[in-house]
Amino acid sequence: MTQIPHISRAIPDRLESPLATALKSWEMLLIVVAIAIFIANSLASPYFLNPWSLSDATFNFTEKAIIALAMAMVIISGEIDLSVASIIALASTAMGFALQFGADAPTLAAIGILVGIACGAFNGLLVSGLGLPSIVVTIGTMSLFRGISYIVLGDQAFRGYPRDFAWFGQGYVWWVVSFEIVLFLALAIVFYVLLHRTNFGRAVFAIGNNPLAAQFSGIRIRRVKFVLFVLTGLTAGIASVLLTARLGSTRPSIASGWELEIVTMVVLGGVSILGGSGSIAGVVIAAFIMGLVTFGLGLLNVPGIVMSIFVGVMLIVVIALPVVARRLRERRAV
Amino acid sequence: MSIVLKHREMILVAAIGLLLALISMRFPAFLEPRNLVRVFDDTSILAMLALGQMLVILTRCIDLSMAANLALCGMVVAMLNAAFPGVPVPALIAGGMVLGASLGALNGVLVWKLNMPSIVVTLGTMTIFRGSIFLLSGGQWVNAHQMDDAFKALPRTVALGLPVSSWIAVAVIGLFLILMSRAPLGRAFYAVGVNPTASVYAGINVGRTRFFAFTVAGMVAGLAGYLWVARYAVAYVDIAGGFELQIIAACVIGGVSIAGGIGTVPGAVLGALFLGVVNNALPVINVSPFAQMAISGAVITVAVIFNARNERKKGRIILKRAQGEGAA
Amino acid sequence: MPRAPDSAVPRPCLSLRDVSKSFPGVRALNRIGLELHPGQVTALVGENGAGKSTLVKILTGIYQPDEGAIELDGAPISLPTAHAALDQGITAIHQETVLFDELSVAENIFLGHAPRTRIGLIDWRRLRAEASSLLQAMGAPIHPDMRLKDLSIANKHLVAVARALSIEARIVIMDEPTAALSHKEIEELFVLIDMLKQDGKAILFISHKFDEIFRVADRYTVFRDGEMVASGMMRDTSQAELVRMMVGRSVEHVFPKQDVTPGETVLTVKGLTHPTEFEDISFDLRRGEILGFYGLVGAGRTETMQALFGITRTSAGTVTLDGKPALAKNPAHAVDMGIVYVPEDRGRQGAVIGLPIFQNISLPSLRNTSRAGFLHIANELALARKYSERLDLRAAALDQDVGTLSGGNQQKVVIGKWLATRPRVIILDEPTKGIDIGSKAAVHAFMSELAAEGLCVIMVSSELPEIMGMSDRVIVMREGRIAGEFDRSGLNAETLVRTAAGIEGEAA
Repeated sequence: MTQIPHISRAIPDRLESPLATALKSWEMLLIVVAIAIFIANSLASPYFLNPWSLSDATFNFTEKAIIALAMAMVIISGEIDLSVASIIALASTAMGFALQFGADAPTLAAIGILVGIACGAFNGLLVSGLGLPSIVVTIGTMSLFRGISYIVLGDQAFRGYPRDFAWFGQGYVWWVVSFEIVLFLALAIVFYVLLHRTNFGRAVFAIGNNPLAAQFSGIRIRRVKFVLFVLTGLTAGIASVLLTARLGSTRPSIASGWELEIVTMVVLGGVSILGGSGSIAGVVIAAFIMGLVTFGLGLLNVPGIVMSIFVGVMLIVVIALPVVARRLRERRAV
Repeated sequence: MSIVLKHREMILVAAIGLLLALISMRFPAFLEPRNLVRVFDDTSILAMLALGQMLVILTRCIDLSMAANLALCGMVVAMLNAAFPGVPVPALIAGGMVLGASLGALNGVLVWKLNMPSIVVTLGTMTIFRGSIFLLSGGQWVNAHQMDDAFKALPRTVALGLPVSSWIAVAVIGLFLILMSRAPLGRAFYAVGVNPTASVYAGINVGRTRFFAFTVAGMVAGLAGYLWVARYAVAYVDIAGGFELQIIAACVIGGVSIAGGIGTVPGAVLGALFLGVVNNALPVINVSPFAQMAISGAVITVAVIFNARNERKKGRIILKRAQGEGAA
Repeated sequence: MPRAPDSAVPRPCLSLRDVSKSFPGVRALNRIGLELHPGQVTALVGENGAGKSTLVKILTGIYQPDEGAIELDGAPISLPTAHAALDQGITAIHQETVLFDELSVAENIFLGHAPRTRIGLIDWRRLRAEASSLLQAMGAPIHPDMRLKDLSIANKHLVAVARALSIEARIVIMDEPTAALSHKEIEELFVLIDMLKQDGKAILFISHKFDEIFRVADRYTVFRDGEMVASGMMRDTSQAELVRMMVGRSVEHVFPKQDVTPGETVLTVKGLTHPTEFEDISFDLRRGEILGFYGLVGAGRTETMQALFGITRTSAGTVTLDGKPALAKNPAHAVDMGIVYVPEDRGRQGAVIGLPIFQNISLPSLRNTSRAGFLHIANELALARKYSERLDLRAAALDQDVGTLSGGNQQKVVIGKWLATRPRVIILDEPTKGIDIGSKAAVHAFMSELAAEGLCVIMVSSELPEIMGMSDRVIVMREGRIAGEFDRSGLNAETLVRTAAGIEGEAA
């Protein structure tokens, strides 16, 4: 037990200055890593430091990163949603289905987002309404949602999305700045405020640290968790619109395996997989790191599956490093 | 240990029986012994993997890398067979199991020594294992004509009415039954899951027990790797892709609690059989194979709801009247 | 150091010499010594944070001492793992009996050292037989095949003792074994301790309750701030002396109850009933009153209180607050109405460990500190500062994780969190369980102050001195029903115990 000197009536607000805390933070480490990768990339390939190729580089992570924002909050609350990639598939299938009836671009986008919200609400009902463990629930709905896409599409695909719909996934707002990256950054700000600056966000942290005590403190846990799953559904719906628009087609296998990449992004961003701690800033930086790594390796003609080894190793090393470092420090101290 | 199956397993047996009865009403051929043997054989790999996964889940961990481990081991034995056709099949199987066990041990060491959450570790190793297959094979397939006949024939060889792959599953189930009921290590898996803190005080090393769970699960994955490539006579990067979730689903349906500490060998096997019967019945009753995924998803979801009802703790009963012993 | 001259000192079987253990920033044990003697009970006393639990963890092989020696029968031993400690015959029975709920009684007894067959498999037949005979020898009415989760807490203790016997332990550590036991069960435990003594076991008995220590111990050792400050024979000391050695100053534990004249009725509970836990609970609570709820553990008091707080659902009955219906649907609803609850299980239900102190305190008041749903940290800090000063919280900073505080200071944070919501009724469930004497007195003083300010206080407690010292009125519960109600003037320890236990007697 820590021995605390008795300083009567003068408990300071903070143990150390905010600057000191920031310098020692995970986010700072991530920024250093990101800069290192950026430099390595620009040394490795002459094509890297070109505004257009940098802009291209963002496309391969923005959709995942948008989901990662909501996933971060779910994981901080002590739950997980493994069904997000399947929600993309189902939402995309729904849009393709609506396309057959001649829906226009705004209607398609609305349908995709609504289906995402509905799927999230379904997960939320099972998790918070029935009190089931989210990891199993979402493993189930993961098969269920994508399974419905397979029933609808089989080995077929929906194609022929209108040109103005494609803008969501391919358009530029200004010069090299794509709609996707602008949307992602805007959502990042929204989620930053939601998680770190609102009562709702505080409730998420409280639940993640100690759900029982949070409930005993008058927090409506079920409501919060339901909203969190709706939020992941919403972001998956948005990602589905972007991805479908970018690819211009819907197959039932769309975005398969993404759930694990998104979880990796979140964990890399410093969110504890056990819940209770993490930050949106970390997740955003981690998203950029993963984008830079995949893009850099892509420039070197490394195949995608080998990149995934890289991501896997990075995930383990990044989590293991602080542990190993602490062990070494302690060994030296003794 | 009580030989009588518990409540939970009885329900699963009844559910499988009901399923078979419904199918046989329209397709009596499904119930023919030969077809049932086929269904069992088809499910044997899933059943073994579910047992391995059960150990890991019992200790409050999860192994998402089992299917990737299977695929890597399968690719390695297939490539060895293609490169050195003379090596006897049992030696290849042993090699696959050793490789699988080492990959499982890698997961175990990270969980044990670095105290990392298993979901993160196995998420990472899952992609690493898959990527390694690509590195090893250069993305090439090992096709049927590259494997020798003994390699492909062994699982399908019928002995005493069952294919060898089924006999292997039976043997694995038997070994697991002994392990879980009679071996100190088997009981340690339960103890660690029920109460990790108390386990420490009972002299059980929690981390090491988890390490063994991952290692055994990996060994099973290695064995399954050979069976898979030999059975389907092909090895490539994506074999058993997504199968890790089927394995977990079999456990969940079989009543293994994702919170650890609860689960039985018959339960996990029955959970796998249930999925196996469903998967095999779909083509028979003329449902598109594309519906398989949605149906197993629905089954998992229902099973989870069902499990939660069973696990819900009964509160302490204070009022004597409610206990029904007013006379006492 | 008062060390009694004793001609017939048996040689100690376990001795610790100059054992030290440090954690980053803290010296938990500083060159402490301890001796345990066969057939004798040594009481280890000390405030929370004095180093008792560190010592237990060293003796059971969980922690390694930084320096010093542990000797068993004069020969130095090392305890690198929990298994090694078991092999040396050292076992611990813990606060909340840490055993395995899902496993059978027999397996709980033999886990880790089960009898084996020749090929190394567990011999279930022998295991059950040995468990059965052990339990019979102890006179425990437990079947070895029962699952542990179906046993009462007292019977779980019996299983823990059986486990200690089964590993042929020579040294048995009992870490607050009576914390969750009723009066009668405690007596039964003492009979068991006598059995263990006659068996020649050396027992280390850790407890905060002095009556128990004087009832059961032969020797004592006092820890203070990680040092051993005294040891000796129980018969040569007194309660006052032990307390003085513990806190390093003379403390007379008087209950700071201020006399109040309770005002108008604030809370009325009528016929509150739960299908299985409690029935027909009716009482009034008046302004400025402290209402004590006494009873044996498991009498349904916590369940009743949690029903008032909206956690447990009721099947019948009404609650009114200031004349308005106030049956809480959930904790959030209860807090909105001004009914708050300080739970018994501080670590799991009370403090949100992992969040800083100020966020714990502001958690239920966020609606008031924030603006339109957006956090306002300065307001939160101001609120936290106000209440931590009122409660004399001892902490390094307000953004310190509440989990790094001692139990007593955590309790202050939990109470502060509720006061910040300006409640009408505060329910305290075992408010001083397991916290050190200094914090205990602070909590008591504070309760009294609150009542004097007009707050209604319900205090659930199983400690008689606390109930008698603090309550204006006491309701006794037994088996889910109200068994009696007493005014402060009519309080009598014997009557309370008899009522709680349901003993018909001449005293009533």
